[in-house]
Amino acid sequence: MRRAALIAVPYVWLLALFLIPFVIVFKISLSDIALAIPPYTPTMKDGFWTMVQGLDFENFVFLTEDDLYWKAYVSSLQIAFFSTLLTLLVGYPMAYAMARAPEEWRPTLMMLVILPFWTSFLIRVYAWIGILSSEGFLNQFLLWLGLIDSPLTVLNTNTAVYIGIVYTYLPFMILPIYAALDRLDGSLIEAAEDLGCSRLQAFWLVTIPLSKNGIIAGCFLVFIPALGEFVIPSLLGGSGTLMIGKVLFEEFFSNRDWPVASAVAVILLLILIIPIILFQRNEQRNAEAEG
Amino acid sequence: MKHLLLGTAALALVAAAATAEEVRVYNWSDYIDEDLLTKFESETGIDLIYDVFDSNEVLETKMLAGSSGYDVVVPSGTFLQRQIAAGAFQKLDKSKLSNAGNMWDVIDARVGKYDPGNEYSINYMWGSTGLGVNVDKVKAALGDDAPIGSLELIFNPANMEKLQGCGVHFLDAPTELIPAALAYLGEDPDAQDADTIKKAEPVLTAIAPYVQKFHSSEYINALANGDICVAVGWSGDVLQARDRAAEAENGVNIEYYAPSEGALMWFDQMAIPADAPNPEAAHKFLNFIMDAQNMAQASNYVYYANGNLASQEFLEEDVIGDTAIYPDAATLENLYTTSPYDAKTQRVVTRMWTKIKSGT
Repeated sequence: MRRAALIAVPYVWLLALFLIPFVIVFKISLSDIALAIPPYTPTMKDGFWTMVQGLDFENFVFLTEDDLYWKAYVSSLQIAFFSTLLTLLVGYPMAYAMARAPEEWRPTLMMLVILPFWTSFLIRVYAWIGILSSEGFLNQFLLWLGLIDSPLTVLNTNTAVYIGIVYTYLPFMILPIYAALDRLDGSLIEAAEDLGCSRLQAFWLVTIPLSKNGIIAGCFLVFIPALGEFVIPSLLGGSGTLMIGKVLFEEFFSNRDWPVASAVAVILLLILIIPIILFQRNEQRNAEAEG
Repeated sequence: MKHLLLGTAALALVAAAATAEEVRVYNWSDYIDEDLLTKFESETGIDLIYDVFDSNEVLETKMLAGSSGYDVVVPSGTFLQRQIAAGAFQKLDKSKLSNAGNMWDVIDARVGKYDPGNEYSINYMWGSTGLGVNVDKVKAALGDDAPIGSLELIFNPANMEKLQGCGVHFLDAPTELIPAALAYLGEDPDAQDADTIKKAEPVLTAIAPYVQKFHSSEYINALANGDICVAVGWSGDVLQARDRAAEAENGVNIEYYAPSEGALMWFDQMAIPADAPNPEAAHKFLNFIMDAQNMAQASNYVYYANGNLASQEFLEEDVIGDTAIYPDAATLENLYTTSPYDAKTQRVVTRMWTKIKSGT
């Protein structure tokens, strides 16, 4: 009995916070736009059966007719992929350095990684506007150094979006990799070196494979939120930055077309479910390997 | 802001002792003298919760979702009209608005296009959409004979190419920029048929690559700091940028121009949502705003004209005397208004706008 109750808890959680909201969004995606409150039809007020009969897949068909949506998904996947890669390239050395640092430093270093979270995410992204704008700190500094003659245009470009994503999600990359590296047995590397590996070879053949799980976890933690990111591209990106989060915003706010916006969201979820399932499976395998 | 917080804190103590009545107002950002908010609280003893937005779309979505929790909101004319049709607002109880006689019949008549008989709303501010220009930088880029007061400045690609270096921002508002492009072409800016609307596309596509950003509030600071040299923006916002630059004494010289080809005239209307929690207090707030001196204080602060005739004697000379705020008869004649698009046309407009901005 107690066992059943314990198992039920995560399912209730899943039902209340995922499945029910999803069913609501899915239902709206099958509705039609209307000038009313709420701005779609049919609703429950029309009676359950009338409502069900009024639903169709028209909005999903519409999404295939305009290449905007397709391009936005592809462009989001691309931005999410490359920013995940960049975050890994920046985050891994930091996690590595943390794991190699003297024991008594580590809590402080860990604190420093987490510290930015104490400031609101929005304010941190806004701060980048001040840094990257043509009159901003970065350009002032580079001009002062004499490296450039005229200010670089970084703000309102895809470069700024990459900088924003890498900066914002860096801790999500560092922490799981650090956790993996921290557990790594140093004698394995010594053994590899004793057996004739150079330091680089030992790193490549021993450290990287043993921190694989941390890398995978970090990559998913960055990729998944980056894919649907809205705040960073709208604050730092330019008008040419095409991301599905922005398309969704336009459908919802400019067109007032909740049904099409919901259809866009349902497809985004389907795209995300694949990496989420892969991530889950990886976690499960780890748990089994450790158990 | 600080004195507002202090004031609110002090009032909160008083209010806690009396009743906990509150009124929630949702207005545009940078759109009121905050001293007025504390004044309202001390006069009425009602807690004022003041929240801001920067796009009609965000407000409209909240209205159409229902249960916004706000008692007073401030949509612009076309949005107001559509939201009235959706049943989002309640009719005003004129018996509770003793200051109604202060309103300006000229503006009321124009607003009648959106809210016939002004049954659902009162005018808060009105203005035009035009050009904010950093005169020195534009002349440096285009020469002394730059077409500063004309749409030629922003819709001629040759000019925009040269202005690109010093930075141009556009409002992220297709319902304002498309009529402007139509006016530039000599078409009816209030065109509702998709074929005419599509004529605006090549004009906007040709200059979009030179626009640094489409955004509806960042340009105030960007103009004032000298980060950009031209903004297509709302009259009062540009004038605020002008004043911020003057206060900062940073040598940035900003001017506002209602384009000679015609400029969009818009009206921001205060209305009470149908499901407002406290319509009683909402009417008190509207009546407070309709007071001639209060309205004048708001206009003196934000540099927008208002629809309150009685307030005009309390306006400062640099507001009532500035034709960029209170246009002369000839300019007023040159201002046009637009109507809301239906859902199908709106989709064409939004899609076109996305295409213009992103090339896709």
